[in-house]
Amino acid sequence: MIELVLDAVTALFLLAGCILLLIGGFGLLRLPDAFARLHAAGMIDTLGLALILVGLMFQAGLTLVTVKLGLIAVFVLYTSPVVSHALARAALAGGFRPGARHVVLPDPSSPKSLPSGSGEGRAP
Amino acid sequence: MIVFLHAVSLTFALSVLWILLSGYLDHALLLYLGAVSVVLCVVISWRMGLLDREGHPVELVFRGLLYWPWLGKEIVLANIDVAKAIIGWGGAAPDPTMFDVRASQKTAVGLVTYANSITLTPGTVTVAAEGDRLTIHALTSGAVEGLAGGEMDRRVRWFEGTRISDGRIPEGGA
Repeated sequence: MIELVLDAVTALFLLAGCILLLIGGFGLLRLPDAFARLHAAGMIDTLGLALILVGLMFQAGLTLVTVKLGLIAVFVLYTSPVVSHALARAALAGGFRPGARHVVLPDPSSPKSLPSGSGEGRAP
Repeated sequence: MIVFLHAVSLTFALSVLWILLSGYLDHALLLYLGAVSVVLCVVISWRMGLLDREGHPVELVFRGLLYWPWLGKEIVLANIDVAKAIIGWGGAAPDPTMFDVRASQKTAVGLVTYANSITLTPGTVTVAAEGDRLTIHALTSGAVEGLAGGEMDRRVRWFEGTRISDGRIPEGGA
């Protein structure tokens, strides 16, 4: 009985993870440029990864395998933003211009807002 | 002194990691080899000058344990937001924007944590970091509003602590 419940929970997590990975893959194809596609990739290696690993943890039970699955999540969560940032920086340094609107946000920490035109030179 | 304490804590952390990854506690040779690797790693880190608050920020572990659940919640909400934008759920559509935010963190660890937290939340990517200004590329308007509120900035500032005297970002940028 308890195994059936565990299998069902695993199936739910894996299914949710797979749906997220599919949407992420769809986003990689559908979104307009490299910068926007990074967000779809970000979905895959945050919640997509976490859902699948948690699903597998329910199969592994309270063993060292679960600890190792957790460590995989920790290492990926610490390294993937560095990779995303490096990719975005490299694209920008390589002369690739994002097709994005430039907006200036009001600075919440000081009444004076950021100088306008901070996105100058990066316009598409 | 602080180097010594960090060496002790790194030795402990690496030993625990090694035991968890190996799982063998009854093989003398394996334990011996593990101990040698741990000592080698600590000695190399010490020689490289990495045993400080930036290279091994063990002081932040407890604050990190309180920060991560909040970040996890934000990641889940942002994932749903981005997924909706990709498949066009309820008229949501991608609306890429670029903007700058000011990071109020005082230490390199805090600034990197903030920049990485932004990137880790789908829908926002830190494209450039110059001094205390981060350039963000966002996919949806919800992601922009989430950052404009500045809650993540405040939480990371709390996470990096206030009593930190070393590891400051040098004047003129990181």
